Amino acid sequence: MNYEISKEPIDIQAVIDKVVQREAGAITTFIGTVRELTKGKRTLFLIYETYEAMAVKKLQQIGSEIEERWEGAKVAITHRVGRLDITDVAVVIAVSTPHRNDAYEANRYAIERIKEIVPIWKKEHWEDGEEWMGNQLETVAYPKGHPEEKDLNE
Amino acid sequence: MNKVLFFAHIRDAVGQESLQLEAAGKTVAQLKAEIAEKYKLEKMETVMTAINEEFAMNEEIIQKDDVVAFIPPVSGG
Repeated sequence: MNYEISKEPIDIQAVIDKVVQREAGAITTFIGTVRELTKGKRTLFLIYETYEAMAVKKLQQIGSEIEERWEGAKVAITHRVGRLDITDVAVVIAVSTPHRNDAYEANRYAIERIKEIVPIWKKEHWEDGEEWMGNQLETVAYPKGHPEEKDLNE
Repeated sequence: MNKVLFFAHIRDAVGQESLQLEAAGKTVAQLKAEIAEKYKLEKMETVMTAINEEFAMNEEIIQKDDVVAFIPPVSGG
């Protein structure tokens, strides 16, 4: 169960423990948190929603991509859903590799891929309203109805 | 029959989490266009489609019992 969607607060250490391995010389951990201010606008809280069955599959896919690209990498990702308040932890990504450079790179890759292909959505609640966010500013359109090869494989 | 799932702003617009309808034989693009028209959905060109939890192309033909999901631009992380 290295790839999970959680309705409860994430136990960060538990995610890290999943990637401990004797071959590793480094573990990088990314902790995504709920930010209060975005371009001057104050967020009160967020609601994350997911298509859980598919989201878990897509997290697994990201893990497989990383293991293929960075030799010896081990990955664990947990994303929280439901209502999250400011400073709450939304996502934890742990990657272990034999050498530190790979651990940093692979972890960065994981968060960027989550923002591309994992079916999770956040609804921002502000003092004056609420809105579902789509890949920040809806700058990406999919004319063919799906992400292009370049979006999916970077 | 096919189960069609909606999420985020599309679910709000449709007013339901899912629908049961007959979509077998239609392409993803056809079903998408029909739903967009019926529920007056905009920006459907930014919406991806999944069949049985995998991203599907617009030209893909929906089979009997396939579960179809409309996936608006994601915003996790």
